[in-house]
Amino acid sequence: MKTVARLVAPVDSRDHIRGPKDAPVTIVEYGDFECAYSGQAHYALQRLSTDMPMFRLVYRHFPLTQIRPNALAAALAAEAAAAQGAFWEMHDLLFEHQDSLEPESLIAYAQVLGLDVEQFIVDLTSDASAANVREDFVSGLRSGVNGTPTFYINSERYDGSDEYDALKAAIEEAAKSRTRNVTKAKNIITRGESGAQF
Amino acid sequence: MSLKPRTLLPAGSQAPNFSLRDGPDSYASLSDYADSVVVLLFYTADFHPVCIRQLVVFNEALPEFHRLGAQVLGVSQDAIWSHIAFSNHFNMHFPLLSDYHPRGKVASAYGVPVTDGESARAAFVIDTNQRIAWNHMPPPDIALDAGSALEAVERIVFK
Repeated sequence: MKTVARLVAPVDSRDHIRGPKDAPVTIVEYGDFECAYSGQAHYALQRLSTDMPMFRLVYRHFPLTQIRPNALAAALAAEAAAAQGAFWEMHDLLFEHQDSLEPESLIAYAQVLGLDVEQFIVDLTSDASAANVREDFVSGLRSGVNGTPTFYINSERYDGSDEYDALKAAIEEAAKSRTRNVTKAKNIITRGESGAQF
Repeated sequence: MSLKPRTLLPAGSQAPNFSLRDGPDSYASLSDYADSVVVLLFYTADFHPVCIRQLVVFNEALPEFHRLGAQVLGVSQDAIWSHIAFSNHFNMHFPLLSDYHPRGKVASAYGVPVTDGESARAAFVIDTNQRIAWNHMPPPDIALDAGSALEAVERIVFK
């Protein structure tokens, strides 16, 4: 039986990624724009990205449509903005206005961001946007998402607190662990060291 | 909360039958679901923050379970009236059973740690022969994920 939940869908070109490409730490978030906890985590992550630029953030959708009436539409709006290269701008606006996510507000945000609003509406209702959101939901389910938000730090589910200090410590630990592994690998290459016997 | 340590009934065991109130005038038995794979979810309490976190994900994933012909049943020691309020508040689409009298009797029969008022979070997947196929109890304070239960259902359905 698996004891630690792990990310089953690796980060790929379809993902929304923010932060340095070569960052030693990748955080994958499964979130819901209408979820208050996801909203709080957004502010913690914003602060962290300024304070410690050694991680990159990947955002995937996990809208809880049965309890939040606008969760799905908000996720689709982010995808529609992504089609015009403005995913993160929309992502930030949505989390900053969690109490106003009804359709008229979503269109207003597209205007604020200077998007082509007609195209935004077409993309918001497109099969492609729906398929992207669905794909994220399914990969989250398969990866062991157990609520929103759920974070994976370097592919391992993070079960700690979503607050700034706890996340900061977890990112630092993941970076250290990554450095240890890289050093070990370099030693193997440069000095021909290997634990394995051939 | 201190829980009496117990061992979950292991895979391969016969699943204990039960008859628990699931509405003001109705009872649900395991034998009512004899033709379905059953996901039996013991949880601590209605409105418990970690249980909310867990159960809303199961609720969202419910179509995935139904597609495989599996039924999800929640069980806690709350009275049926609390279940109704909880279910309405979070728009739950699966039955919540009341392990209320005597408190925790069914949880105990499945080996789930119980106190006088609350049970640990634990899940069982029960096959159509009423045998336990899979069980899982996450560490305290960690919500159980729907994906691992879904995989356990798939192992039965697609075997």
